[in-house]
Amino acid sequence: MTQRNTAAPGHIEYVLRLGDNALILGQRLSEWCGHAPVLEEDMALANTALDLIGQARLLLTHAGRLEGRGRDEDQLAFLRGERDYRNLTLAELPNEDFGRTVVRNFLFAAFQVPLYQRLTASSDAELAAVAAKSLKEARYHLSHAGEWVIRLGDGTDVSHDKAQAALDYLWPYTAEFFAANPIDDAVSAAGIGPAWHNLEADWEAAVVPVLVEATLTVPARTPFASYGKFGRHSEHMGHLLATMQTMQRTYPGAQW
Amino acid sequence: MYTQSLSIPDGEARGPKKVENPAYQAEFDAKIAAGGFIEAKDWMPEAYRKTLIRQISQHAHSEIVGMLPEGNWITRAPSLKRKAILLAKVQDEGGHGLYLYAAAETLGVSRDELYEALLSGKAKYSSIFNYPTLNWADIGVIGWLVDGAAIMNQIPLCKCSYGPYSRAMVRICKEESFHQRQGYDLLLAMMRGTPEQRDMVQDAVNRWWWPSIMMFGPHDKDSVHTETTRWGIKRISNDDLRQKFVDATVKQAEVLGVSLPDPDLKWNAERGHYDFGAIDWDEFWNVVQGHGQCNVDRLAARVKAWEDGAWVREAALEHARKRAVREKDAA
Ligand SMILES: [Fe+2]
Ligand SMILES: [Fe+2]
Ligand SMILES: [Fe+2]
Repeated sequence: MTQRNTAAPGHIEYVLRLGDNALILGQRLSEWCGHAPVLEEDMALANTALDLIGQARLLLTHAGRLEGRGRDEDQLAFLRGERDYRNLTLAELPNEDFGRTVVRNFLFAAFQVPLYQRLTASSDAELAAVAAKSLKEARYHLSHAGEWVIRLGDGTDVSHDKAQAALDYLWPYTAEFFAANPIDDAVSAAGIGPAWHNLEADWEAAVVPVLVEATLTVPARTPFASYGKFGRHSEHMGHLLATMQTMQRTYPGAQW
Repeated sequence: MYTQSLSIPDGEARGPKKVENPAYQAEFDAKIAAGGFIEAKDWMPEAYRKTLIRQISQHAHSEIVGMLPEGNWITRAPSLKRKAILLAKVQDEGGHGLYLYAAAETLGVSRDELYEALLSGKAKYSSIFNYPTLNWADIGVIGWLVDGAAIMNQIPLCKCSYGPYSRAMVRICKEESFHQRQGYDLLLAMMRGTPEQRDMVQDAVNRWWWPSIMMFGPHDKDSVHTETTRWGIKRISNDDLRQKFVDATVKQAEVLGVSLPDPDLKWNAERGHYDFGAIDWDEFWNVVQGHGQCNVDRLAARVKAWEDGAWVREAALEHARKRAVREKDAA
């Protein structure tokens, strides 16, 4: 049974961006299972991945309903082509090491927190409810990752250098968070959610003091640009999808 | 918290008194005979303490090595619901490892010492995790048979004589039964699916059945448990537990619609139990002694994680040290 599509312009795309961010970062973090530096972090990374996959399920289910073509969370998660995923490029980058993993989680959670905060007042009641539930998780991820950024940045010389290298590598990808676009304009005009470029000040206010405490140098902005949220991904995305989609692609139509 | 795993071993400072003393021994024996609990601060015979450290730490190691075969499928889970369930499960297994290391630490060893013994190959972990996970149904079969066999083994441990171990086991057993039900549910869903899905389930059952049966250890006639039985650590014999497991599992296999790979498996009305075929003990001992398909890879994965993470643990210690110095200076 298909509902009529009554979503405002950009609404579905906007919810897909939210859902895909959670899905793709959750997928990346789940690669850590059994390989973390200490048992507690094995559990914390699995827990963060679990939170994100939970958010993705709610958001993709919602996007599917808005779309009204009968696609459920799994059809959206596993059966789209690469160009139809709307996650930030930052989310799909390889984990590399524990340093890059926690710096990424930190930069991302610092973005998710103000975003979910605004979304709790969304004119889309379903979205507001998901945001309220997810905000608590994002706040926890932010404080957990932030503590590690400080430990690594203000730890040994080796850890400082690794944390700085991770920050330097990831920082250019954060420009994409705030790249203005017509979808954001339409969605914010309709009261569905904030335009992401309006979150930059909040994000910086959360990020910079922690980096300073971690004795890390905040990188300067460069002309580098990435376009994952517009459907143009990095070389890493295809490999992530090949792994994630394998069962659904190999056994079409099977129920699990 | 994570700092616990970074603690420096301080052997003599913690743990029970090590002197052998006939009066204490009599008190200990009386407590065991009355079915009471021994607590961390109580006197205990050195052999009891050592046996517990070995058993609890082996169990802890099994929990964390067990994260690897299941972790092998998280990134390929076929639906988001199953991915979430599996992530929650491996997180539980890590938690079991933590409770058990904490229980072992009450006996005067540090987690790091125990961990070193695992990584150097000196300490054992359950051989079952040296088998590979080859298709998605393996994840369901591990829940159903491996967690199922673990529960059979572990329920009696909820009443074992060492208080901290018994309390850890109560918590763990609850979660293990949840895992078993989820594993079975995964298999039911696959059996309702396509012929290919049913073949995957049968293939997984064929590979995991005998190793699961072996999880109960050697036959009673070939194993020495007199002390652990007398001490109230081991309460039911290997063969009795194995029989209980087989009896319960045969019916579950019927409901599922899979066959168990044992032509000698049949109901024995006289015994009121299922008879089953001879266990290949050569295979069992081969895997125990390090020649299973995954022994080398599993240990290498844990060693790599530990070595790759060294700079992170050092950073955490150094940061804590700097912070303590600053706080002292500020005071
Ligand atoms: Fe266990
Ligand atoms: Fe467990
Ligand atoms: Fe389990």
